[in-house]
Amino acid sequence: MNIYVCIKQVPDTEATILVKDGKSINEANVKWIISPYDEYAIEEALKLKEKLSGSKVTAVCLGPERAQNALRTALAMGADSAVHVDCAVVLDSANTAKALAHVIRADKDFGVVFLGRQAIDDDASQLHILLAEELSIPVATNVLAFAFDGQKVRVEREIDEGAREVIEMAVPCAVAAAKGLNTPRYASMMGIMKAKKIEIRKVTLAETGVGEAANLVSLLKLSSPAEKPQGRVIPGEPAAAVHELVKLLRDEAKVL
Amino acid sequence: MANIGLYIELKKGGFKKANRELLTLAAKSGHKVHAVVFCADPQPYMDELRGVQVVVQVQGADLSYQPDRYAATLAAVIEEFKLDAFLGAFSAQGKDLFPRLAAKAKAGLISDCLAVDLEKRQAIKPVYSGKLLAEYRVEGQRALFTVRPNVIPVEAVVAGSAPELKSMALDMTEPRTRIVEVIQSASQRVDLTEAEIIVSGGRAMKARENFVILEDLAKVLNAGVGASRAAVDAGFASSDMQVGQTGKVVNPKLYIACGISGAIQHFVGMKTSKVIVAINKDPEAPIFKKADYGIVGDLFTVVPLLKEEIKKALG
Ligand SMILES: Cc1cc2nc3c(=O)[nH]c(=O)nc-3n(C[C@H](O)[C@H](O)[C@H](O)COP(=O)(O)OP(=O)(O)OC[C@H]3O[C@@H](n4cnc5c(N)ncnc54)[C@H](O)[C@@H]3O)c2cc1C
Ligand SMILES: Nc1ncnc2c1ncn2[C@@H]1O[C@H](COP(=O)(O)O)[C@@H](O)[C@H]1O
Repeated sequence: MNIYVCIKQVPDTEATILVKDGKSINEANVKWIISPYDEYAIEEALKLKEKLSGSKVTAVCLGPERAQNALRTALAMGADSAVHVDCAVVLDSANTAKALAHVIRADKDFGVVFLGRQAIDDDASQLHILLAEELSIPVATNVLAFAFDGQKVRVEREIDEGAREVIEMAVPCAVAAAKGLNTPRYASMMGIMKAKKIEIRKVTLAETGVGEAANLVSLLKLSSPAEKPQGRVIPGEPAAAVHELVKLLRDEAKVL
Repeated sequence: MANIGLYIELKKGGFKKANRELLTLAAKSGHKVHAVVFCADPQPYMDELRGVQVVVQVQGADLSYQPDRYAATLAAVIEEFKLDAFLGAFSAQGKDLFPRLAAKAKAGLISDCLAVDLEKRQAIKPVYSGKLLAEYRVEGQRALFTVRPNVIPVEAVVAGSAPELKSMALDMTEPRTRIVEVIQSASQRVDLTEAEIIVSGGRAMKARENFVILEDLAKVLNAGVGASRAAVDAGFASSDMQVGQTGKVVNPKLYIACGISGAIQHFVGMKTSKVIVAINKDPEAPIFKKADYGIVGDLFTVVPLLKEEIKKALG
């Protein structure tokens, strides 16, 4: 089975994000990482590959030149090959899905496609489903447990508090990972060395057929939210402080 | 005048609070509002829906949630009633359903909206985990939005004439993605993403058993119980309780952080809480910079005291 994993390169979770020109972010001093949920996707793809002899994992990332580093990391973790959809313009989720679908569809033997439940930059939480619809395959998101019995995929996904949906899907299908699905491995020294020798295949946006396609959703403006004024620490012994706190919550903040 | 549609989400037959927020938003727009509800009998909900112009009842032999069927049906509803904009909650179900609908209706979707301008088909949503806000516009004929729960203050609906009742048949195409079972959780927990009040514990809780003191406080407040990633990773709390960048984004009116340092990845998951209270024994903990009220002290002393004091206050 040819297993795919779609990963996005995003700013590190610690990064301070500042707006530049109202529509983009200041990339100076930003450290780039693989979106955390996509790491769970990579791990699950690798685990599946280890169970199915003769299978291989291909990581796909759409993004500018720097996106190659995310793919290099996926290769170092154990992916066999990587495809970089070179794209320096802003694409909406629908067009991104079309471009990624083009790459995956070209492989007649694609099986399970792993993704993250959400990319932590646009926080759109929709690409996984749009991609699956584009490929006409079933999809489950927010997945906490994954099993493949050789015939069908069975997943559990978290819905409202504590409850889980059990979903069965034929292969090919798409699975979007949540935290808790697994613990992503670190790249080994050997993995890093091996990854250096693998050539990342580059695909242009024009080749995917998306090209200059119009977006269904356009970004108008980015801004920093207003910061809360700093609050206060209530002094005194625990009992007195707690008494005062409850008074404030009730009479000042009016939340009780 | 535009035609607005709302997806009314029912939970075990109950009317979700998020629906009232959508109803408030739509009523304020002054457009013709269509509320779509999948149920055998809409009567129990008609009082809640009395402010809308049209109630579209989706009927079928088995109305249990199957995402493909629901999405196909809603795409047909959008066509049939020529809806210009269609909204739902950014709930677990909304996250699953709306992207499917976007694909089927070939419409742009803005997810997790904090504010929606139906005139301009624009919305503001948090990006970079809330470190920034983005304003997006949907191009094309139809616009889809999912709205973050607890953002829109619910207002009483002004009832006009009784809504027109229309019906639609559930799409019966064989679903590609099939839900075969729903496993309910043993305990009846409050849904964190919709909770009005949340009590959260961090690494300082030291053990799973100690979460009992948070649960006791939560009971008095009818609150949900959350956790930091450190508490989840240490096995003190289950992963569905995690608040933060790789957990849940919550938006309660009151968030009480107990023994949580206030790392950026935790903060982005709860920063929009109306009031944040921090209980931490380290006066230098970053959480105090972000909290509205703080108490420096040992949570094992402070939390039980707080429970008693709140009990008294709530009488
Ligand atoms: C990619 C990535 C994603 C992440 N996602 C998340 C996420 O979604 N959610 C999340 O929470 N974190 C997340 N983190 C982790 C985050 O960086 C912090 O490590 C974590 O939030 C710390 O949890 P904590 O505050 O419970 O623990 P600590 O930072 O160890 O803080 C414990 C606090 O408890 C106080 N304390 C100790 N004993 C007591 C006592 N008896 N009474 C009162 N106070 C006491 C201490 O003073 C301290 O401030 C993520 C990290 C990364 C790298
Ligand atoms: N540019 C991209 N390249 C590859 N995969 C992506 C890209 N954007 C999003 N994805 C995948 O889709 C998931 C959901 O993204 P989103 O809908 O943007 O929140 C991510 O977790 C990734 O697995």
